[in-house]
This record gives sequence, structure tokens and C-alpha cells, in this order.
Amino acid sequence: MQVTSRSFVANAKKGLADANLQTALARLSTGFPMARLAAIDRMPEFERLRDDAVAIKDHTLANLDAYLERYEEKVIESGGHVHWAADGQQARDIVLQICRDAGARTVTKGKSMITEEAGINEHLEANGIEPIETDLGEYIIQLRDEPPSHIIAPAIHLSKEQVADTFVAEHTDFAPDRDLTDPRTLLEEARAILRRKFIAADVGITGANMLIAETGTSVIVTNEGNGDLTQTLPKTHIVVASIEKVVPTLEDATTILRVLARSATGQEMAVYNTFSTGPRRPDDLDGPENYHVVILDNGRSDMLGGEFNDMLRCIKCSACINHCPVYKAVGGHAYGWCYSGPMGAVLVPGLLGLAEAHDLPQASSFCGRCEDVCPMRIPLPRMLRAWRTKSYEQGLGSKTSRAGLGVWAYFARRPLLYRPLMRLGVAALAALGAFRGRGRFSWLPLAGGWTTSRDLPVPEGRTFVEQWKRGQR
Amino acid sequence: MKPSNPDFRRSNVLGNIRKSFDNSDKAKSDRFAAVDARIRAQRPNVVPARASGDAKALLALFITQAEQASATTARVDDPNDLPQAVLAYLTANALPPRLKAAPHAVLENIAWSKQPSLDMTFGATLGDDEAALSVAFSGVAETGTLVLHSGPESPTTLNFLPDHHLVVLRTSVLAGTYEAAWSALRNAGNGAMPRTVNWVTGPSRSGDIDQTLLMGAHGPRSLHILILDDKKTI
Repeated sequence: MQVTSRSFVANAKKGLADANLQTALARLSTGFPMARLAAIDRMPEFERLRDDAVAIKDHTLANLDAYLERYEEKVIESGGHVHWAADGQQARDIVLQICRDAGARTVTKGKSMITEEAGINEHLEANGIEPIETDLGEYIIQLRDEPPSHIIAPAIHLSKEQVADTFVAEHTDFAPDRDLTDPRTLLEEARAILRRKFIAADVGITGANMLIAETGTSVIVTNEGNGDLTQTLPKTHIVVASIEKVVPTLEDATTILRVLARSATGQEMAVYNTFSTGPRRPDDLDGPENYHVVILDNGRSDMLGGEFNDMLRCIKCSACINHCPVYKAVGGHAYGWCYSGPMGAVLVPGLLGLAEAHDLPQASSFCGRCEDVCPMRIPLPRMLRAWRTKSYEQGLGSKTSRAGLGVWAYFARRPLLYRPLMRLGVAALAALGAFRGRGRFSWLPLAGGWTTSRDLPVPEGRTFVEQWKRGQR
Repeated sequence: MKPSNPDFRRSNVLGNIRKSFDNSDKAKSDRFAAVDARIRAQRPNVVPARASGDAKALLALFITQAEQASATTARVDDPNDLPQAVLAYLTANALPPRLKAAPHAVLENIAWSKQPSLDMTFGATLGDDEAALSVAFSGVAETGTLVLHSGPESPTTLNFLPDHHLVVLRTSVLAGTYEAAWSALRNAGNGAMPRTVNWVTGPSRSGDIDQTLLMGAHGPRSLHILILDDKKTI
């Protein structure tokens, strides 16, 4: 996948001007958050479940080498194979080799962020093996050759009309003038096509929501059942999972599943939670004959034990994305890679390096909603700040913004200058606001960068320090 | 060793992970000992109280939750009434009287011949069956979730390929929580895991087009749970 995180600002402008995207984002901003709230209201133990989920991950990360070794032993014991990959290139080579050994022509895929991250599809394609995404959203964006714009709703940026156009263009066996106005018709068409692909595939590749050390089990969570068809029907099942996915026991996996779906879609539980351990047994009536797990690091071990360690607790639920005012304005493609929103803004610089992704941590108003809703209580704003500090130290960012920060810092360090200037500025803006008679500025001289895509609230007339002194706390 | 060597890759990844750990022999062996103890303990974390009622309350909760997840349910008091209940479902959904069933003892011991119009075959499916019948290993009242697992009595393909999935849930195996279902599975398999365990909560669905929720994305369009009251016989 072409990474365009460097072009965040240009990407964001494109997103702001995309009417279909804006309609979708408006719907997203009520749908998932409302469902999440309702699900949490039904679960009085939710906060305690979160505490336990955090403790499970912290404990596992603090003993990660031991848990991965125990997990590996159990996979081998159950007849599976474990492969280790330090980076995406190694993961691609390993997956390709397994596919070649299986004589694969087509490969079905369950939805998986880690295989997006490792660029598995492009590598298989370049080597003559056809990868077929089977999650409905992933299938649509694969046809359009686009990256996912949301980690659990990858095609959220598209209208049903755009999906219909894509199907007309790509499904050339069907009558071009067929009626595709109803989403149900689109779903049925994709279902019929993918049904044949599921049955014909030689290899099925899935990610893993978790790996369980106790039993050597990989866990996938889906609502469509596509992941299960992907891993049940072909002769070979490959699981690709990053190092931080391991948890100790079935009980621990269960606790995390209790917070995952509620945080993601507001469901009590996703429709299909599947726990897979090794290949088919001698007396099984179906299932894959070969079971491989590729454990991928790809930069995560560098985050372990440092200031970004807590990011490795992420269970990819998307709650932070669904509640992020920046994501809801610019959409997922602005972030330029497979991860978006607050989790993407912290994780991507960790995986690709700050030089590539220093704009992403700037895309935050620090409203703190992401940390509030994160089931794993990841301190996302703190880590976004840490990335900003590093960017400044490393001299990254535009000359204008660095110069602006320099000017601000000059005054901020001199309160006798800063306070009167602030008083003046705030009073002037308040007077201008009163003159215009509205609570918000939709246009201000020299502030077009702000006001083109959002309003600036009119100050109330006094600075924070003044109000504090007057006891208005 | 070359970087393409699997052993090199393994020690490379584990070595990078260990960069942040104390790797003295003592610290390492303490770490593994703590991990082994934690795994052995199989300790439950916070367990929601909602599924702590008696058998009757659990069954009522299971039905409410399963229906909330868009499954349908029917009650059957005697295994020999299953053929009629199955036929009633197929007829009501305008389906042909054909069924692929799991070769499970509960189903094989039923006199299906009493419903001669029902065309029953036992085994896995290749995708050419419209309706399938399985027997759940357990059910979890907390969320109305069915627990099925692969094995000679339960082909996994039946859970996902047919348009209609019918599942027998015996009241004797209904659990309140997932933790209880895991205990039952560990006891049944002597600690060994089956190839796959499926938690199923309602029929397949997707909201990927226009954020519109539609049933029957890739898996079953409908999930029908036949609740078999077998408490009397146990």
C-alpha cells in the first residue's frame, strides 16, 4: 500500500471537500457512539471489566517473551506451525512460501489490519497468487484499490451509489443495467460471488484479535462469518498476528471480548467469536489440514517498555476513532495508511517513524474523548503530546508552524508581556464578536486556515488568568 | 545463520522483545514461573452478575438475549418432537423439507422416519444445503450465545454455509457465563481444545454498505434455536 501520511494536510483538505464522506461521517458520529452508550448502560460492571482488561494486557506485555514462547509450544503441540517475522518483508516472504507450498492459486482473506500493515495482498498478487478480501467492506475497497478508511468499517467513506457503480464496473458477468439501488441487492450480489471464491480457495488468511497462551489458540471476531468461511474451507489456514496479541488464558480472552464488541459497535457480543487451535483432528469432518501462525513484530518491540508501551494494549475496537472530532471531520484516508483516528496518530509514527508521520499527532484538539472511551484506558492524548514534543525536537513540521510556535514560546515564557497581550487580543476579539452579534466567527483576517473548515468561538472577554483571579473557577 | 533462517528469525524477534526486560537467568526464570502459574490458575476476572440466577432465570435470559441478537427460538419438551419442530420451521420459511444434520448422538437417536416427508442426511456440508441442524455444546445466557465446537459430532461447515442454521440447545448444558462454558469444555476434553470453538450470537450480518444493517452477509441468514428441555431425563 502506498503510504501518504506525509500528505496529511492535503489529504485532510480532500476529505473535508468530499460530500459523500461528510454524509457518512455525520451518520457515523451518532451510530456507533449511541450504540456503545446503550450497551454500557446494560452492563453495570463495565468499568471493572475495563480495569481487568487493562491489567491483563499490562501483565502480558511485561512478560511478553514468556507468553509468546508458551503460546508457541501449545500451537506446535496441537499440530500447527509458528513462524516469526521481524518486519513486513519477512512476513510477506513467509506467507508467500506457505501459499506456494500449498500450490495456491487463490487465497481468501478475513478482515485483518496486520495484513494491510504488512502489505500481504500486493506481494501475493505480484507473485501470481490472487488474494480475495471477503469482509464485505474490504471486498468493496479491494475492487476500488483503496485502503480501509476505518478499522472496523473499512468502506465507511463510500455511499451505496458508489458501491453500485463499483459493482457495475467490476462484476462484468452481470447485466450492466441491473437495479442496484437497494443495499440488500448489493449484499446479495457480493454474497453470491464470494460464496464461489470461498469454496474454490486453496489458502485462507486471517488476522487474530487475540492469541491465547494457555491453549495455543487464535481468536477472530466477525459479524459476517466471512472469517470463519475463510479459515474453515481451504486446506491451509494462515493466521497473521502481531506480538502484542497474546493473552494468558481463555478467561482473559473472555474479559477482553466482553469490552471489545460493546466498545466497537455497541453489540453485547459480536455474532461470531471463533477460537482456533491447530489443524483438523483425525476424526473431524471438516476444517483445514494445515495451520500456520505468523507472529509479526514490525516495530512494536521498540515501543515495549517505553513511553509508547501502553499503545500496545490496543484491541483495535475503533471507539477512539468513532469519538474523534478530527476523524469525524477528515475521515480515515487523510491519515494516509491503514490506521486512523487517535490510535492511528499514535501507532503510525511508532511503526513508520516520525519523519513519515509527524503530521498525524498534530491532528488532535486534545479533547480527551479518545482516552475516555478507550476500553483499554490508553492515554492517547499524553502520547500524542509526546510525539509532538519529539517532532519539535527533531526539527520536523512546516517552517510556518515552527516559527509560530517559537514566537508563542517567546511570549509564553515572559508573563509580563504575554498577559497584557492576551488581554488585549481576547478583548478585541470579544468586541468584534459583539459587533457582529454572533457567538462564532466563520471568517477572521489571517485565520483562514482555521475558519475555512470550522468556526472559531468568540472569546467571552476575559482571559483564563483574569477569570481565575476573580475566583470564577 | 542467514536472516531467512527460521531459527534466526525467531531468536531475532524474541531478542528484540527482551531488549526491555531484565534477562539475567534469575529474572528470566522468575518471569517464566510467574507466567506458568498465571496460566495454570485459569482465574476468572470480573464476571457480570446478570447471569447469576437459577436455571429458570438463566433460560429466560438466554431467550431474551438471543432474540435481541435476531435469533429465533422454539421450545421442545421431548427429543422425539424435534422432527416436527424442524419441519414446522422449514414449512414456515417456505423451504424444501431437506436438512443436513450433524451426526450427533442426540440427533441420531431420534426416529426421524416418523416424519417421512423430511429428507435428512448426516455429515458436513459443501455449500449445497439450504438448512442445517446442529447440537450446541453449551449456551451462554449472559448474551444468548451458542457454543459449538468442531469434532466428529459437529462439522463446523454446518454453522456457516447453509442459509438457515437450526441448533438444538439442551437446557441441561445451558451455562450462565462464558467462564462456566469454558469449564465445561475443559472437563469434556480433558483440557484439550477442539480444533475450533464457535461462539454464535444471532445470524450473520453486515453494516458495511451505507451503514445499513443487513442480515445474512456470508453466514446464515437466520439462526433458529430449538431449546430442548432435557432436565427431566438427567
